Amino acid sequence: MNRTDPLRTPMEAAAMTTPLPDVPLLDVRGLSIALPPGADRPLAVDNLSFTLNPDEILCVVGESGSGKSMTAHAMMGLLPAPHVRVAGGSLRFKGKDVLTMPEAEQRSLRGGRIAMVFQEPMTALNPLMRVGRQIAESLREHTDLPAPARRARVVELLGQVGLPNPAELADAYPFRLSGGQRQRVMIAMALACQPDILIADEPTTALDVTTQKQILDLIRSIQAERHMGMMFITHDFGVVAEIAHRVAVMRHGKLVEYGPAAEVLNRPQHPYTRQLIASVPHYIEHRDDHAKQGAPLLVADKVRKVFHVGGGLFRKSKQVVAGDDLTLTIHPGETVGLVGESGSGKSTLGRSIVGLIKPDSGRILFEGTDLLALDRQGFRPYRRAVQMVFQDPYASLNPRHRVGDIVAQGPVAFGEDRTKALARARELLAMVGLDGSAADRFPHEFSGGQRQRIGIARALAMEPKLLVADEPVSALDVSVQGQVLELLDDIRRRLNLAMLFITHDLRVAAQVCDTIAVMRRGRIVEMGTAREVFTHPRDDYTRSLLDAIPGKGWRIPDDLQPVRAGAH
Amino acid sequence: MMKSDFWRAFARNKGAVLGLVILIAIVALAAFASFLFPGDPWEMATAPFQPPLSEDALLGSDMLGRDIASGIAHGARVSLLIGLTSTAAALAIGVTLGALAGFHGGRIDDAIMRFTELFQTIPNFVLAVVLVAIFTPSLTTIVAAIAIVSWPPLARLARAEFLSLRTREFVQAAITTGQSNTTIILRQILPNSLSPIIVSASLMVATAILLESSLSFLGLGDPNAMSWGYMIGAARTVIRQAWWMSVFPGLAIVLTVLALNLVGEGLNDALNPKLARSRG
Repeated sequence: MNRTDPLRTPMEAAAMTTPLPDVPLLDVRGLSIALPPGADRPLAVDNLSFTLNPDEILCVVGESGSGKSMTAHAMMGLLPAPHVRVAGGSLRFKGKDVLTMPEAEQRSLRGGRIAMVFQEPMTALNPLMRVGRQIAESLREHTDLPAPARRARVVELLGQVGLPNPAELADAYPFRLSGGQRQRVMIAMALACQPDILIADEPTTALDVTTQKQILDLIRSIQAERHMGMMFITHDFGVVAEIAHRVAVMRHGKLVEYGPAAEVLNRPQHPYTRQLIASVPHYIEHRDDHAKQGAPLLVADKVRKVFHVGGGLFRKSKQVVAGDDLTLTIHPGETVGLVGESGSGKSTLGRSIVGLIKPDSGRILFEGTDLLALDRQGFRPYRRAVQMVFQDPYASLNPRHRVGDIVAQGPVAFGEDRTKALARARELLAMVGLDGSAADRFPHEFSGGQRQRIGIARALAMEPKLLVADEPVSALDVSVQGQVLELLDDIRRRLNLAMLFITHDLRVAAQVCDTIAVMRRGRIVEMGTAREVFTHPRDDYTRSLLDAIPGKGWRIPDDLQPVRAGAH
Repeated sequence: MMKSDFWRAFARNKGAVLGLVILIAIVALAAFASFLFPGDPWEMATAPFQPPLSEDALLGSDMLGRDIASGIAHGARVSLLIGLTSTAAALAIGVTLGALAGFHGGRIDDAIMRFTELFQTIPNFVLAVVLVAIFTPSLTTIVAAIAIVSWPPLARLARAEFLSLRTREFVQAAITTGQSNTTIILRQILPNSLSPIIVSASLMVATAILLESSLSFLGLGDPNAMSWGYMIGAARTVIRQAWWMSVFPGLAIVLTVLALNLVGEGLNDALNPKLARSRG
C-alpha cells in the first residue's frame, strides 16, 4: 500500500482507527488554492485530498508556508479574495460541497456546524467587547435562543472549558484574561453551537508549555465527549504525538504523507516526514556533563530588577519584579540554559548581562570586574566580550543596510579599519554557512534561518568570550531550528565560547546546554547540570515543566536518529 | 529600497503623476521667470485695469498697470523658495528634537514634549503674524516664522517613529556592538523613519505656501518680493471690477497646493506600501 498517495480512499485510512461511517464528515478532494501571480509558487495548496470522520482528530502538520492554514481558511471562507481563491476541487461537508453552496448556506455552516479556533488568542478576541457577549454573538446568529437562555448557555460553556467563576468571567473584557484563559474563551466560542467539526489552527503555539498542556488536555476531552471531528493544524510533532488519531503531512502545498498517527510517527515513509521527525528536538538525549575550566567567566550575583509599569503624574505605577536574587555562574566554554515561561524574567537577566538593561541592585562580574559599577566609557571594552544573538530574525537586522555592513559595523565602531572589517565580515559569513555574495545583499533577500546566521556572524565579529542567545531559534521552523542549533554548537566548540542560552523550550535546552537554570516569576528555582535537571528534577515547577513537554510518551524512531546526527 | 520599485509604486497613483507634472511646470515657470518676463514685476508694464488677453498683458494688469502674468511667474519663485526653505528649517528643528526625545525617552522626552506642546497650544497663524510683525517682514523673517510655527507636528512624528524603532532588535544589536548614540540615531534609526517624515514634509511645503500667501495677503509679506498672496491682497478691494487680479494668483496657489498634495499622497503610497494596499 502506498501511503504517500493522496488519493488513497479515505475509507481505508478511516478503517484503521474508527468504525466505518457511511459518509465522511468532511471530504476534501483535489483541493487547489491559487496564489496571486508573482507569489513564490502558483498554488498555495495543490491537489489536496483527505477526509475527516466523526470522533477523530486529524493533525495537519507542516512548516510555515506549507499551505496548512490555507486549507483551513478555505473551509471557513477566510481566503483573502480575490487575490487568493480556490482553483479546483471540492470540500464536501456530509456529502454537500461547501464551495458551491449559496452564500447564506455557507454562512450558517460556518460558526454553526464548522467552528474554528485561531492561533493568536490575543488578537482573535474583540478587545472592546465583554467575552460573554462575544460568545453570545454566534448563538444569536445561529440559534433562536432568547437572550436569558443565551446568557445561561454562555456561562455553561465557560464552565465547560474549565474557566473559574464563569458567571463573573462572562462580564470581563479580554484584556483581563491570560493567554490560556483567552484560548479557553475561544474554544467556548467555537463550541457554542455544538459544531460537528472543530478546526484548530495552531491553537497552542502562542502559549507557554504548561498552559499548552492544559489546553491540549481540554481539547482532547471535549473532542472525545462530543464525538466531534477535529482538524488540528500544527508544526510540532510533539503535539501530534499527544493528540492525533490520523496525520496528514504537508509540504509546499502538497500532501506528502497521510495515515494513522502511530504509522506516521513511528514508521514515517516519505523522506520529508523523516527529516521533520528527525529534527524534532527531543528531551531525552542530553549531553555529557561539562568539565568546568578554570575561574568563572561570568558571575551574576543577587541581581534584582523591578519594572515600573504605567503610572503618571497622579497615578502610582505598578511594580513588576522581573528578577530577584538571580545568581548564576558561567565558566569558559560552558553553555548555560536559562529556561522558563514567558514573563519569568529570563530575558531580563540576559539583557542585563549585555548591558541593555540596568538592574536595580546586585553585581554582574565578568572576569572579576563588576559590570554594573562601570560607567558608559568603562563598560565599552566589555561590550566586545559579551555579545547577543536576538530572537526575531526579521527585526534584528537593519532593513536598510547591506549584510556585510551589518556584520562589520561593530568592529568599525571600535575603531577597526572599514575595509579590513568588511573582509572579516565575509569570512564570518562563510563561517556561518552563507556564501560570499551575501555581504552585498540586503536582509530581506534572506530566509529566517539565514538571517539568524547573519545575526550570529554579527555577534562573532566582535570576538566575544560570552554569547547571550535570547530564544535564537523560537521563530524558526523545526528543520531550520536544528540547523541553527548545530551551527551555534559547532561555533561554541571551535571558539571555546561560553554561552547563555535563553529558551522557553526544554527540548531545545536539552540539546545544547551543559547546565540548566530554571526560572519562574523572576527567580531561579533550580540550577544544575542538564543531566540532573532532566532526570532528577528537584523543584516541583521543573517537574511540571518536564511533564508538560508535548509528546514525551513518544520516542523518535531509532532508525531516524542517524539522520539527525548527519543532518546538513 | 529599490529605485525602480519606488517609481513603479509612485506611478501607479495617476493623481501623483499629474501632481508631479504640474509641479514641474510651476518650478520651470519660476526658474525661467526672468527670461519669460524680463524686467521688474513691480514696474508698470501697460495701462491699469487691462482685462485678460489684452495686447500687452496675457492675464491682464492690475490697478497700477503691472503685468499679472509676470507677477505670477515671479511670485512662483517666492512661494516655492519660502515653501521649501521653511519646510527644510522646520524639518531641521522638528526631526532633531523629535529624534532626541524619542531616542532618549524619560526626562529628556518629557522636557522636549512639553516645549513642543507650548507651541501647539498657540494657533499657528496667529503666532506667525505676531512673529513677522515683531521682526519686520522680510524673506528671512517670514521663513523663520513659518518654520517656527510648523515644526511641532514633525517633532511628534519623528518622536513616535524613534520611540518604536528604538526598541527594535537591530537597534539593540547596535547598542551591544558598541556603536555611539549619534551613529545609532543617524545610521540605524533615521533611515528607517524617513518615509513618513518625507510624506508629511511634502504636504508641509503646501501648508507653508498657504501660510506665506496668507501673511502677504495681510500685508505682512516681504515688500520687495512679488508674491501671490500680496497680489490677491492688493486686488481684494477691486475684486468686483477686476476679477482677474485675484483669480489668477488664486488659481496659482490652488494648483501648487493641489500638486504638492497629490505628490505627497503618491509618496505615501510608494513609501508606505502597506497603507496603500489596504486602501485597495
